[in-house]
Amino acid sequence: MSAVITPRTDSPEAPAAFPETSAWSRWANEHRKWLFAAPAMAFVAVLIIFPVAWTGYLSLTDAEGSVRAESEFIGFQNYLDVLTDTDRFWPAVWRTVLFTGVVLFFEVVLGMAIALLLWRPFRGEKWVRVAILLPLVATPVAVGMMWRLIFDPNIGMANQLLGWIGIGPQPWLAGQHSALPTTMFIDIWQWTPMVVLILLAGLTALSDEPQEAARIDGASSWQRFRHVTLPLLMPTVIVAILLRGIDALKTFDILYATKGRGGGSFHEVETLNVYAYGLSFDYNDYGVSSTVLIIFFLIIIGVMWALTYRKKGLGR
Amino acid sequence: MKPSKPYRVFRTSALVVVVFALMAPLLWMIAASFKTNVDIYDTAKAFVFSPSLKNYETVLQQANYLQFIGNSLWVAFAATVLSLLLGVPAAYSMSRFNMKNSALVVLMARVIPGVSLLVPWYYVFSNLKLVGGFSVLILSHMFVSLPLIVYIMMGYFDGLPTELEEAALVDGLTHIGAFRRITLPLSVPGVATAGILSFIFSWNNFMFALVLSGSDTKTLPVAIFDFVGYASIDWGGLMAAATVVTLPIMLIALFVQKYVVSGLTAGATKG
Repeated sequence: MSAVITPRTDSPEAPAAFPETSAWSRWANEHRKWLFAAPAMAFVAVLIIFPVAWTGYLSLTDAEGSVRAESEFIGFQNYLDVLTDTDRFWPAVWRTVLFTGVVLFFEVVLGMAIALLLWRPFRGEKWVRVAILLPLVATPVAVGMMWRLIFDPNIGMANQLLGWIGIGPQPWLAGQHSALPTTMFIDIWQWTPMVVLILLAGLTALSDEPQEAARIDGASSWQRFRHVTLPLLMPTVIVAILLRGIDALKTFDILYATKGRGGGSFHEVETLNVYAYGLSFDYNDYGVSSTVLIIFFLIIIGVMWALTYRKKGLGR
Repeated sequence: MKPSKPYRVFRTSALVVVVFALMAPLLWMIAASFKTNVDIYDTAKAFVFSPSLKNYETVLQQANYLQFIGNSLWVAFAATVLSLLLGVPAAYSMSRFNMKNSALVVLMARVIPGVSLLVPWYYVFSNLKLVGGFSVLILSHMFVSLPLIVYIMMGYFDGLPTELEEAALVDGLTHIGAFRRITLPLSVPGVATAGILSFIFSWNNFMFALVLSGSDTKTLPVAIFDFVGYASIDWGGLMAAATVVTLPIMLIALFVQKYVVSGLTAGATKG
């Protein structure tokens, strides 16, 4: 559909700065609102609506092996199975929530601290900005591989550094209990800069007067931050949480690059996204994977709604 | 107001720690890419080693990386151009006519987990015999770029005054003519921002290419995994491959820093 409409947006070209009079151009100008918006909307809608509807349908069937194979409609059996699955599903939900919560907390706190450090101009600012930008644009899979070498239990730099200060080697990514915190660390390394940039943009846009007024009233720097800067910056903080939160919930690249399929041999970093990917493309268990995805999707929508609701509640 | 001296000392040392924490791993990766596997295993040669280009030879010759670099470039470029063609007019319309709900349709693509789309896509596209070809890869990467572009450009058009367009209408241009001749040239910085960011995100995209690319159309993030074997990892080759993927995009970002930052923070200050 989009392919049919797209070329037309370019065709009504005014040959000179005179009013266009052809019927087509009059029509195009009158309907430009949809003429412009429809192709992009159609593109996204076609690529979303059918798949989501199909995922919803598959979640009600026992489809597996090949999506082309015969499958039977089994009602809400998959949902019953998935929601009572304490072996893979609930641990994956827990990991997703834990991962998102922990990385968001550290990224926002560290991001705020760094943004405040960068707020006022200083010498060498440019270099700090470069350092902040680089992890952000680095390819996540490559970042995962890079940390895999650094965190390697035998040859990695991390354990060598610990050795120099007298701490024994840690298993990092290889350990069943240390793998998830280690991937969280990697995510924090890569994405804290994103929060820094967003908060810095917010800080720069704040006006100086409330700050000055508070200073004249004798507020300490902590009081000024707590009662003046932070409340004014809150909408930006929510934007940062929203943007990072959605992506953290869906984290895949770093987990797959560091632990491979199924989130490692003990599924130690298997989040909902990794679990659903594995069910779909490693086990071809489409019915169950669709069920997991629909539940995952509902969780994301719920979180989004809660956060945007809170944003409106702040009286923007 | 000028910060006090103790604060300046604190700030400088804190920023040194931040810069070190962010840069050291990347430098370590690049250093390892110039080491032989023997040197990587030798803790005595952590910092002092004789650099070798052997890993890059492996990457560029044996692993056919030149082709994968070309694939990544082509997919990211095509997805960006097509997404700009669709996205810029859409963002204009959504901004000028305040189409909040329509914008939401496009921005949904940012929110939906990609896996939920991949199974149906894979099914449809493999029936159409498109899986493993470039068209389906470009299509899936457009799905990443388009919402990004619409989001950035909507903010940009919101900030452009309408007066110039109105003046052009008075001078006899049509609405579409005014968009083409006045608004579009004025929005070049915005388009650049949106295009660069779209290119970066498409270049870095992994999951879609993992499922939808074939052995000839593999993009770089997928090709990295060639260096991870079942039993052992060719660390030198892997780090060289990781450097080859990351370095170009980091260099682009460095040269056009202003655009990347304004794109990444688009909409942040409006709340």
